[in-house]
Amino acid sequence: MRKILVAAVAAAVCAAGARAADVITLNGAGATFPYPIYSKWFDDYHKLKPGVQINYQSIGSGGGIRQITERTVDFGATDGPMSDQQLADPKIKGKLLHIPTVMGAVVPVFNVAGVDSLNLSPETLAKVFLGEITRWNDPAIAKDNPSAALPGEAITVVHRSDGSGTSFCFTDYLSKVSRDWEKKAGKGASVNWPAGIGGKGNEGVSGLVKQTPGSIGYVELIYAEQNKLAHAAVKNAAGKFVKASVEAVTAAAAGVKMPSDFRVSIVNAKGEKAYPIATFTWLLVHQKNTGGAGAILKDFLLWMLDEGQKSAPALGYAPLPKQVAEKARKLASTVK
Amino acid sequence: MKTSGDKRFRLVLAACGLFVAALAVALAVELSVNSSMAWRKFGLSFVWGGAWDPVAERFGALPFIYGTLVSSLLGLAVALPLGLGAAVFLAEHAPRRLSAILCFFIEILAAIPSVIIGLMGIFVLVPAVRAAEPFLDRYLGFIPLFKGPPAGVGMLAAGLILALMMLPYITVITRELLLAVPRPLKEGMLALGSTRWEMLCKVSLPYAGSGITGAVFLALGRALGETMAVTMVIGNTPKISASLLAPSYTMAAVIANEMAEATSDLHLHSLVAVGLALFGITLAVNALARILVMKFETSGARI
Repeated sequence: MRKILVAAVAAAVCAAGARAADVITLNGAGATFPYPIYSKWFDDYHKLKPGVQINYQSIGSGGGIRQITERTVDFGATDGPMSDQQLADPKIKGKLLHIPTVMGAVVPVFNVAGVDSLNLSPETLAKVFLGEITRWNDPAIAKDNPSAALPGEAITVVHRSDGSGTSFCFTDYLSKVSRDWEKKAGKGASVNWPAGIGGKGNEGVSGLVKQTPGSIGYVELIYAEQNKLAHAAVKNAAGKFVKASVEAVTAAAAGVKMPSDFRVSIVNAKGEKAYPIATFTWLLVHQKNTGGAGAILKDFLLWMLDEGQKSAPALGYAPLPKQVAEKARKLASTVK
Repeated sequence: MKTSGDKRFRLVLAACGLFVAALAVALAVELSVNSSMAWRKFGLSFVWGGAWDPVAERFGALPFIYGTLVSSLLGLAVALPLGLGAAVFLAEHAPRRLSAILCFFIEILAAIPSVIIGLMGIFVLVPAVRAAEPFLDRYLGFIPLFKGPPAGVGMLAAGLILALMMLPYITVITRELLLAVPRPLKEGMLALGSTRWEMLCKVSLPYAGSGITGAVFLALGRALGETMAVTMVIGNTPKISASLLAPSYTMAAVIANEMAEATSDLHLHSLVAVGLALFGITLAVNALARILVMKFETSGARI
């Protein structure tokens, strides 16, 4: 009896050892915004290729950029493209590629008694967040919402206090549509907000908006939908008021000329159906990798840009338009 | 080499002691090195600079220093009288069994993770403060301290949540200290015909004074470094405002908020510089505590 037990234990240990030796682990870190879809992808890919285990830590885009620059991870992830200055870092050695994965939208959410739908033009939105429009019945808001019963209540602006890709996308948009915003605040994961109060995380912002009558904030589309927050339609570059949806975001990406390095902002995109506050999110990979990591990365990226795209809409992300995915696959196949 | 057990034991203890001291020094060095870029660029004006603009890369820590100090002192102003009152009740007036039960709950309060307290702040305290603020504005608004629109989140909410977190420290320690006052002293005072109030003021509190001072500074230390609960209710706006109803920001909160997404080196170094300044403030508060405790002990407070 005892012998059998020992043999069984030994066999189990051997098997575990053998399995551990077979599994190759890749490590990545970065953006929090695409974390739900990334963890689904890595899980699905592991089921497909049991020999590969991909770990991802959503530590924020800034951390992702720093870690991939220093090669402490196999890939990074970011919600805002790296700057030329960041790409010129001598530590990078070789080429660092931006591979687009999915797209997301940021929506203005509001809490105004008796108002369910709201139209906002870019100038109005910028002035509200600049603190220049302070009452809901301001003529600028009323002009775009002739049928809404807007109260004379004060507007409370709510923004993210933590640095985030969501803020980057939103301020990128405001900088593009408002000269004043560009001058006074600019775009970034953290900016010097001219007005309002800061909530920590999507949950902090949505909590404050839900609680505070007369407030307006911004969160990711998925978050607004899951929490049933009323979100406003925003006037796009073609002059149409569009409410965010997966289709409207894909339409935005289709209206943008894609540069070869994919570092492109799709805010205020052309196209009648395009929702204007949208962004790509990227994986960052070195073109030349050491060990076997390059081949696995390449295989994963090609799968993600093809089969993987199908799981995006269920999680509230917009899949890449066909021609963009095609182009990205070409770039991904150069990874070694 | 032969050493006696005693000697070896002493060596081990010395190593432990030196290690702790070395850790503190290493921390200070590490913070200085990683914030050097901010000090070189802004110099000491970093400490009293009022702008915090990550996009234009202008950084000054004054709004955060102000927010940290004011929210902590506000918390202390609320927690100190409440805590002392509770401690006196628990030590001198409450039936023994009730006192034990209440103490148990107060100690639990100290063990709640601050993120939970912060969530409670968002869902209970902030709406309550928002409901109370219009009254403050209407009836006390002539004082700049209570003037402003009712946002709910802000300095007042932060101060109150810090008071909640400081309260158990002050109450539990003070109660223990009051219980340790020798009986003969108290009984003697009562035998001389003094009231309970006189006994408390003339015997118990002076006797426990240095200990209570220690407790207050321990609580203040916790408040200065508190991050999560405060950032959830303070409104996170780096502006100095006279009103307690206005949003503010603390040093710990800005580090927690912006560290993960800080991409430029200067931004990162500036955040670490804020950390170094916080380290300095905590050090100063501790030194002050030492001095005060020593003063209490030598000024004949021992009756």
